[in-house]
Amino acid sequence: MKEFALIFRLKDISDFQPSPEQMQERMNWLGSIAAQNKLVDKGNTLLPAPGSAKTVKPDNVVTDGPYTEIKEFISGYIVVKTDTIEEAVEIAKENPIFKIGGSIEVREVLKRD
Amino acid sequence: MTAVLCRHFGLHHIEIAEDIASDTFLKASEYWAINGIPKNPTAWLYTVAKNKTKDYFKNLSVFETKIKSQIETDILQKEYDFEYNSQIIADSQLAMIFAVCNPANSNESQICLALQILCGFSVEEIANAFLTKPETIKKRLQRARTHLRNDNFQITSLSEIEIKSRLETVLKTLYLLFNEGYFSKTNNKQIRIELCSEATRLTLLLTENPLTNTAQVNALLALMCFQSSRLEARTNVNGEAILFEEQDKSLWDQSLVQRGNYYLINATNGNEVSKYHLEAGIAYWHTTPTDNEKWQHILQLYNQLILIEYSPITALNRAFAFAKVYGYEKAISEAEKLNLTESNYYHELLGYLYANTDIDTAILHYTKAISLTKSKTEQQTLYKEIERLKQNKS
Repeated sequence: MKEFALIFRLKDISDFQPSPEQMQERMNWLGSIAAQNKLVDKGNTLLPAPGSAKTVKPDNVVTDGPYTEIKEFISGYIVVKTDTIEEAVEIAKENPIFKIGGSIEVREVLKRD
Repeated sequence: MTAVLCRHFGLHHIEIAEDIASDTFLKASEYWAINGIPKNPTAWLYTVAKNKTKDYFKNLSVFETKIKSQIETDILQKEYDFEYNSQIIADSQLAMIFAVCNPANSNESQICLALQILCGFSVEEIANAFLTKPETIKKRLQRARTHLRNDNFQITSLSEIEIKSRLETVLKTLYLLFNEGYFSKTNNKQIRIELCSEATRLTLLLTENPLTNTAQVNALLALMCFQSSRLEARTNVNGEAILFEEQDKSLWDQSLVQRGNYYLINATNGNEVSKYHLEAGIAYWHTTPTDNEKWQHILQLYNQLILIEYSPITALNRAFAFAKVYGYEKAISEAEKLNLTESNYYHELLGYLYANTDIDTAILHYTKAISLTKSKTEQQTLYKEIERLKQNKS
């Protein structure tokens, strides 16, 4: 089994607060992965709001908010275990994030040890 | 009584304590049969036990003074003069629970030990409950007792640290003990009820001591109350399981439901959400009359539960709740992802989900489930279901 990080990105900061229905959908998706015993780490949500997000750049430049050079911001991550990256992609495809124009990056985890 | 005696002997001499306890009860059954039950049976029993203990130590000291110094007999003299009252009995039992639930032993052995030492079950009774041979149980108990003796766990007093570090194991054992009764392999209803009520009694004991009256303990007790409330309705006269939907809800014990509610409220005083909280929450929704959102609540609780701890049964129960919320068709693909092809419950669930749309596939799954289960009653229920489907088809 390999491990893959699924990294969630959203376009609009107003989409960050989910409605109760969206929350249910997300939990169903996460529960479904866990029910297949393929969840390694349920991950965390990364707050993008001012005061909770800063970006540190060279020459002591610190800006508020997430990294803004790209339009999307990272909203969270989880780690799954599957035999292939294709399987991890299939899992990602079922996430409700695409309904609100978000995206998921799938990256194999190389463990430091 | 064994627990109280062990408080004095230490776990090393648990056999002696047990011998004295059983001698005492033997004497009681002889004496009471002739002279009637005394006014205070507990006091009577403990007085006899005390005397038997004195005799035991006297014999021992006669033997040992030949080799050992006088000082030691002095200690013995002090030791056998033990006290008993309801507080000490409760404390001793509590300490015994913690001693028995020793992580050095397997879960199964812990349950066997608990049944024997804490619940007074005989080897035959335990073998009956587990559907195994008495010899197997005997061996298992012997091994477990050796581990207990080698462990330096002190039964006299429980410190806060010891309680905290072992409470999780204790809860797990009590939880499994209860499940052993609730989902028992045996069809004997009496055994099932006894296992469940013993587990509940021991958990109740934990809520009575401030050190062990934690949120998790209350959550577990709430779960036991909710589940117990349906014990009567769960099986028919032949011991066959009755599906939840077909249960006679008037047989549900409302007073147990209310006690469950009470302990669940106690359990939610803090911010802690354990698996017992979630399972008690699910059981709560099962006991409440129809609510439109009921299955959605249950599904969400299963989502949280499976995130805390993966188990195939939780995964299958979650898929069932999913079917109730989003329909059988969507649930089929959700269930098939689980790929638990070696589990009879997996095939039972798929058989159930396919029954309305694809009878052939449903029968295939039920047939597979029959080949995987060892339970005769379950096989019978499934054969009946296949017959019903075949008739519907023609």
